[in-house]
Amino acid sequence: MIRLLHIEFIKLWNNRASKILIISYFTLLTSIALFAAIKFDIGPIQFHLADQGIFNFPYIWHFNTFITAFFKLFLAIVIVSMMSNEYSNKTIKQNLIDGLSKKEFILSKFLTVISFSLISTLFVFVVSLILGLAYSDYNEISIILTDLEFLVAFFVKLTGFFSFCLFLGVLVKRSAFALGFLILWQVFEGIIRGVMRWKLFDGETTDAIMGFFPLQAMFNLIKEPFTRLGAVQSVVNQMGEELSLDYAIHWYEILIVLIWTAIFIYGSYAILKKRDL
Amino acid sequence: MDHILTVQNLTKKFGYLTAVKDLSFTIEKGNVYGILGPNGSGKSTTLGIVLNVVNKTSGQFSWFNGQASTHEALKKVGAIIERPNFYPYMTALQNLKLVCKIKDVEEDKIEEKLELVGLLDRKDSKFRTFSLGMKQRLAIASALLNDPEILILDEPTNGLDPQGIHQIREIIKTIAAKGTTILLASHLLDEVEKVCTHVIILRKGEKLYSGRVDSLKASFGFFELKTSDMDSLYSFLKGNEHFGEIKIENGLLTAFLHTELDAQKLNKLLFENGIVVSHLVKRKESLEEQFLELTKNAKA
Repeated sequence: MIRLLHIEFIKLWNNRASKILIISYFTLLTSIALFAAIKFDIGPIQFHLADQGIFNFPYIWHFNTFITAFFKLFLAIVIVSMMSNEYSNKTIKQNLIDGLSKKEFILSKFLTVISFSLISTLFVFVVSLILGLAYSDYNEISIILTDLEFLVAFFVKLTGFFSFCLFLGVLVKRSAFALGFLILWQVFEGIIRGVMRWKLFDGETTDAIMGFFPLQAMFNLIKEPFTRLGAVQSVVNQMGEELSLDYAIHWYEILIVLIWTAIFIYGSYAILKKRDL
Repeated sequence: MDHILTVQNLTKKFGYLTAVKDLSFTIEKGNVYGILGPNGSGKSTTLGIVLNVVNKTSGQFSWFNGQASTHEALKKVGAIIERPNFYPYMTALQNLKLVCKIKDVEEDKIEEKLELVGLLDRKDSKFRTFSLGMKQRLAIASALLNDPEILILDEPTNGLDPQGIHQIREIIKTIAAKGTTILLASHLLDEVEKVCTHVIILRKGEKLYSGRVDSLKASFGFFELKTSDMDSLYSFLKGNEHFGEIKIENGLLTAFLHTELDAQKLNKLLFENGIVVSHLVKRKESLEEQFLELTKNAKA
């Protein structure tokens, strides 16, 4: 396993484009801390984002995992190109001739995906912990440890998304087309939703069915955190409305994404096995 | 017997096209094999199958008497297929280190192999800056990293300039001299003739011949003759039991032997019969002529 990871590491780290993308990605993950610095001080209006409660435990776990998940596009590019480059350079052929089995080849890519997700999760955990300890109003251990399942969801979400990218890389063999396909798929899911809502079902059923589509399922894992913010809640309450959304992470949502991950990885393997190189 | 590779009834179909048809052969340790055949005769497909990059349609093959799985066996094989494939953004050294990781061998042989192919001074240059000849030589170095039991080369001199071809051939000869088994696919007959001891001839995916190069050339050879009176020479030879086919082209008579006959004896025989020749050469067919003969016969 270490050998396979090491092989991928050599391939990625010596590629300047990948290296720059990976470094920028992790820099961006850290830069979430910059939110703390947002501070307006215009005479009577004083606004300090860090004071608005976004860094309060346990809310910070939700907020940070939601925001940082958008940066995953950087790694998506790295993953799609690490797969499709093997095809365009024909190095996949040479790897197999040199004695890597097709299973090992896919496994080495999947292990890279897992490592990326794991390192990202650790990063977000550490950054959030530091931010929280610095700005949170509540610092009791029991509160800090609440809602840590958002990190689990974050990990599953990234793994699922990267596996999708990996699969597209194998399927399409060209990085630009694979990324195009990813966007196309997003649009496709949007159209399906629109058609379903328009002709077939009511909103609730549509949402339930859409939850089975890969990208929507990944998005569903971590719901938007903004309406949960104290300030927003109080504004809504003042207007006499009641906001009661379900923010929790459900086991079946995790399960759906895990099943998609398995399908993507096994699909990549099946395609590779079937194809003549 | 030490069988390095055994292929049995191997068949590969690409849609309606049959690229390899019911092919069987064995590769034994210590010999230098050539796979010969015109373009599109299934050489590369056959190698692709045994190297795990092309799926077979039917048949079997096994490496090293079937003791290991294909990908494990391939770690003991060195192979270059068509074009050298490396990571263009990595240096020669980095690429070879990666191959070492894949093959699960130590990195201490890298310098030695780079030296052998004459690339040691370019080890820190990126692969994409290499010329085709250098890329091909790097591929050979990479194939040798594990001191393979067998070296497989598919058209190793394709697209190279004469100097490059010469360099590659020298390297192949050096390796063969060390007792490494070599399997060389080529459509260049003189290349195979120069280095190989055994040959497998393919045409349209079918095996036409497999065996030693010398026994392929084991015909009795032929005479090239010239004299002032060609007609009497022709009729004399026609009546002689030693000769089979006789043809006259551009004033040169070529007579193919049925049985053994040396040049001195023929000369004497002709003189006794009042024929004085101005040109007499005994030759053996080159592999090329044999090959053309074989593939022509198969067509009919």
